[in-house]
Amino acid sequence: MLSKRIIASLIIKDGTVVQSIGFSQYLPIGSPEIAVEFLNSWGADEILVLDIGENRTKRSPNLALVSALSKRSRVPLTVGGGIDNVETMRQLIKGGADKFVINRMAVERPEIITEAAAIFGNQCIVVSIDVRKTKDGRYEAFIDSGIGATGKDPVAVARERARLGAGEILIRSIDRDGSKKGFDIDLVRSIVEAVDVPVIAAGGCGHPQHVLDVFQKGKADAAAVGNMLHFSEHSVNTLKAYLAHHLPVRLDTYASYRHFGFDEHGRPLKRPDAELEKLRLEYHPKEVI
Amino acid sequence: MKKRARDSDKKHTVLVIDYGVGNVESVTNALRYLGYSYSVSSEKEAIRRADSYVLPGVGAFAEAMSNLKERGIITTLSREVLKKRKPLLGICLGMQVLADDSEEGGMHKGLGWIPGHIVRIPTRANIRVPHVGWNQVRTRKQKPLFSAIPKGARFYFDHSYHFATKKTHIAATCMYGTEITAAVQHGNIFGVQFHPEKSQNNGLRILRAFCEYAWTHPGASKK
Repeated sequence: MLSKRIIASLIIKDGTVVQSIGFSQYLPIGSPEIAVEFLNSWGADEILVLDIGENRTKRSPNLALVSALSKRSRVPLTVGGGIDNVETMRQLIKGGADKFVINRMAVERPEIITEAAAIFGNQCIVVSIDVRKTKDGRYEAFIDSGIGATGKDPVAVARERARLGAGEILIRSIDRDGSKKGFDIDLVRSIVEAVDVPVIAAGGCGHPQHVLDVFQKGKADAAAVGNMLHFSEHSVNTLKAYLAHHLPVRLDTYASYRHFGFDEHGRPLKRPDAELEKLRLEYHPKEVI
Repeated sequence: MKKRARDSDKKHTVLVIDYGVGNVESVTNALRYLGYSYSVSSEKEAIRRADSYVLPGVGAFAEAMSNLKERGIITTLSREVLKKRKPLLGICLGMQVLADDSEEGGMHKGLGWIPGHIVRIPTRANIRVPHVGWNQVRTRKQKPLFSAIPKGARFYFDHSYHFATKKTHIAATCMYGTEITAAVQHGNIFGVQFHPEKSQNNGLRILRAFCEYAWTHPGASKK
């Protein structure tokens, strides 16, 4: 059975991984190479790297960085930020990216999706739709990291992108970004129901239960989780161990946390002392491939 | 000195065929991680010299075939693989081009090395196409690729089309609405629909198994 995907999402600004809040505030986290190395070994199903550059409207992908990250990742690497032509896509794929994310380009020249799909295949093209709720409660799609309003309804945009040949839709809620309030379930669900391609939900995850909700209630195929993964050891494994009680997930890292209980913050509980005592002298050889 | 030179000639090399649509870097990263020596090229001479091949692939079928033709390497490669029986591993699209034909973007002819057709995964309720993510694989032929793979192992898939072929050529399958071909094998020719270079340790095990097989089954001698 196909498992639900946990995508570790890294927002990169000026070569540093940042914590993004509402697409407007950024707190530094650290080196992208190290983040990828950890997330890879902690069992992320995919790594999504969005380079937001210094300037929101004019930027180009950092090929050297993509190549360096790809060397550290044994899981698919999806890259986005500033991709504006097919040649750049070709270079990114050649440099070790497995998929790419586009948003502005899809708005400016939607036909490029079809063009790129003919070369790289649909599965390679992820279209991001960044959504903000307007004052009257409607949803609106944005570009340029949330500063460029398009006036369009995200559901219609998603349908159109999928028709043109997008392989996946990444739906990012700007209002929930960095809020830890949970994914925007209604938004995600409306997109999932509108298209036949896989949908990745992003924005707002602060607790493993949020991920479970977006899978069960929002029907998303994948969840992109960013900030929550940065501040604790084995963050991906523990998140997946929480989900594994309810859903099929890929949990084949050596530290699986499968039989752990969880506290109210979604962190693994300490095992009973008697059990730890037994474990103490157990020898765990290094995994041989 | 001469002897040493000859010894190094004997060293087994895997050639990753770079034909413009592959995620070559991802494959070489994995091979490097495993410690195998490899080279990357699409030159005829390099193809003649190599002992085994990895045909990567990310892209559309027609583009892949036209790129192979453009580089004029199909004849050379078929001589090495079909006549001299040097092992070849096709990955994702690199496996699909081994089929007779594909219906992706109109009908297109493939290499025809493994009989079968590339057909679209049928869309149904709750079956989204492309098939993206980690799916469990059911092994039909353990040897050689899957000999070190635990039961129920998951691999990373990312595709809209799959290889419809006879049971005898299928090495592994997975369930996605219907049963989908996950791996094929036909003599010295292997193909996997998932991405072993992107499937963590289980994927590395597949690559290792292929390299070990290639090492022990080098095909006909070079001359």
